Amino acid sequence: MLSIKNLSASINGKEILKGVNLEVKAGEVHAIMGPNGTGKSTLAYVIAGRQGYEVTSGEIIFNGRNLLELSTEERACEGIFLGFQYPVEIPGVSITNFLRTAMNEQRKYHGLDPIPAKEFLSKMEEKKKMLELQDKLTNRSVNEGFSGGEKKKNEIFQMAMLEPMLAILDETDSGLDIDALRIVATGVNKLRRPDNATVVITHYQRLLDYIVPDVVHVLFDGRIVKSGGKEMALELEEKGYEWIKSQL
Amino acid sequence: MEHIQIETDLKSSLESIFTEKSPTLFSKDTPYVAGVRKQAFDKFAQLGFPTARQERWRGTDLSKSLAPDYEFIMEAPGENVDIEKIFQCEVPHFETFLVAQLNGWYVYRNSPLTVLPSGVVIGSLAKAFEQYPDLIKQHYGKYTEQSAEGLIALNTAFAQDGIFIYVPDNVTVPDVIQMVNIVDFDRNLMLQARNLVIVGKNSHLRLVQCDDSINHKVTFINSVSEVFLDKDSSLDHYKLQNKDEHSTLINSLYFYQESGSSLSSNAISLNGGIIRNNTTVKLAGEHSSANIYGVYLMDRNQHIDNQVFIDHMVPNCQSSEMFKGILDDHASGVFNGHVMVRKDAQHTNAYQSNKNILLTDKATVDTKPFLEIYADDVKCSHGATVGQLDGDAMFYIRSRGISEANAQILLMYAFAAEVVNKISIPELRQRIDDMVKKRLRGELSYCDQCVLHCSTQEKKVSFEIDVTKI
Repeated sequence: MLSIKNLSASINGKEILKGVNLEVKAGEVHAIMGPNGTGKSTLAYVIAGRQGYEVTSGEIIFNGRNLLELSTEERACEGIFLGFQYPVEIPGVSITNFLRTAMNEQRKYHGLDPIPAKEFLSKMEEKKKMLELQDKLTNRSVNEGFSGGEKKKNEIFQMAMLEPMLAILDETDSGLDIDALRIVATGVNKLRRPDNATVVITHYQRLLDYIVPDVVHVLFDGRIVKSGGKEMALELEEKGYEWIKSQL
Repeated sequence: MEHIQIETDLKSSLESIFTEKSPTLFSKDTPYVAGVRKQAFDKFAQLGFPTARQERWRGTDLSKSLAPDYEFIMEAPGENVDIEKIFQCEVPHFETFLVAQLNGWYVYRNSPLTVLPSGVVIGSLAKAFEQYPDLIKQHYGKYTEQSAEGLIALNTAFAQDGIFIYVPDNVTVPDVIQMVNIVDFDRNLMLQARNLVIVGKNSHLRLVQCDDSINHKVTFINSVSEVFLDKDSSLDHYKLQNKDEHSTLINSLYFYQESGSSLSSNAISLNGGIIRNNTTVKLAGEHSSANIYGVYLMDRNQHIDNQVFIDHMVPNCQSSEMFKGILDDHASGVFNGHVMVRKDAQHTNAYQSNKNILLTDKATVDTKPFLEIYADDVKCSHGATVGQLDGDAMFYIRSRGISEANAQILLMYAFAAEVVNKISIPELRQRIDDMVKKRLRGELSYCDQCVLHCSTQEKKVSFEIDVTKI
């Protein structure tokens, strides 16, 4: 599904990614771990198409399409979803309106008519129930005045509504208490299907108690330096990132 | 109908018109009104038109607006103009009591002054001069008289008609009163519109003031409204400005508030050549409050100027100002928020905020918060920002599949919504919300009004004027 080859990228002339290689197949859950400042978020941004990053070499192929040639919104319409580490507040725009706009723009991209209001509402009810979200959350403005936990749940709710092919969750577990963590993880697990994939970017092993990855990668100094099975996350937790460094 | 052509030297020709024509033009003046007029004329002769050299006019240059030859319409258009033929309110389920001014003159069907069963009087100011001399003496010209503005003096010197609203004590006016100011004239027109609103003790009024134009000629509207709010009364006031680019609109509002009264005034400026809103609030009675809001969306070469002066004269009053604007292309904006807290006005609570988004590097805004505080136990805050659309927010929205253009609209809409959401009449809020969305999509033209029926746009709008009445 996603094939990243020798990807290097810089921001303001500073090289952050230094030849990343990553293969994600449909049905898989990948975890990308690593200490702070090694390029985890940059990798997520470059895949999603954030402005300001310059790709200096390599390619990102997603379902046969060269992502680097597409705008941010086109990538989203192709099925990329980024769950933000710091979701942005948009006062004055309700989650309902925001999601409906997003969904209809994605449908338009695929040559579909806008979603009928009734269908949209029942879909929203269904997903809210699935994620155990409070009713009133969706009437509020996007992320405005939300607690950290509410913001992250809202990210998962958007993911549930937009049904992406590939979801990249950037530090979705940061700042969450155990209950919120469980809800977020349950959402991710319930949304898992044979035809979609998830990349979880995380700092700690904790989230991986709830979301069991097929592959764990360690990103260090702009490169994926080690990949392995889920047991590697435990080993990392135990031995720390110094262990990785010593192996380099 | 008598039209007076004004020569290029506007000030001296206005002076000679006044001197020569006063006896005939203002023949119906009561001694009180005549006195106010004469005094204002002398003041205008002394002050003249404002120039960019004056501090209060530094950001708004009227020299181009004052350059063309203008005409004055010195006689009423006559009675029995069918308002429904001209206007149709597009706001669904919006029951309003509609009063209209055509080229500055009150337009009426049956009677120049309507007296409702509750005792509320709505109608022509010219008629009120004659019929309610005591109320006029008590209020007319009282709230503007300290003004050092040449334009206020000019208006008072030449004002002949406008809208008069009187709400007696203890009346809650059920209908929203909608004041529509229409300009339809085939030559350049300068007009002095004058309104007087009196809200009695413990009475409540909702007022929507719309400034519209039909023609494409150059117009200069110098509108002055005086509003008196008696004890424990309230006024919910809206100003909707959607004008063509040839127009200059100077809209001066003077609010005078007695104790316990509350005012909310919201200026929504969507289009216009030059718009200047002067809002003066005198908090003269304790525990009175004023919320002054504004939102402006300007593009091309449009210019918007909001001047707010809030005078905390006594203790325990509250005022709040929030103005938000988006300026595109070469548009320019000015905000000047002056809050005065007098020596004895302890426990004043004053808040002020002006936020701007500039979409291009050619758009400009000049914002100046100005707090003048002479009391020591007060809470005052102010803030002004000028910026671009937030890059993080743009990325967030686009990462959901929303196009760059729509993401921009969404953010601009969200920015304006903070002010629009303060509109407490649901039907009006809905409509203005729609207009703002349309405006942001670039689909709102000046003839797309809340009150004008769009389908009549192609037809030449005709007013049935009875010439014999003139």
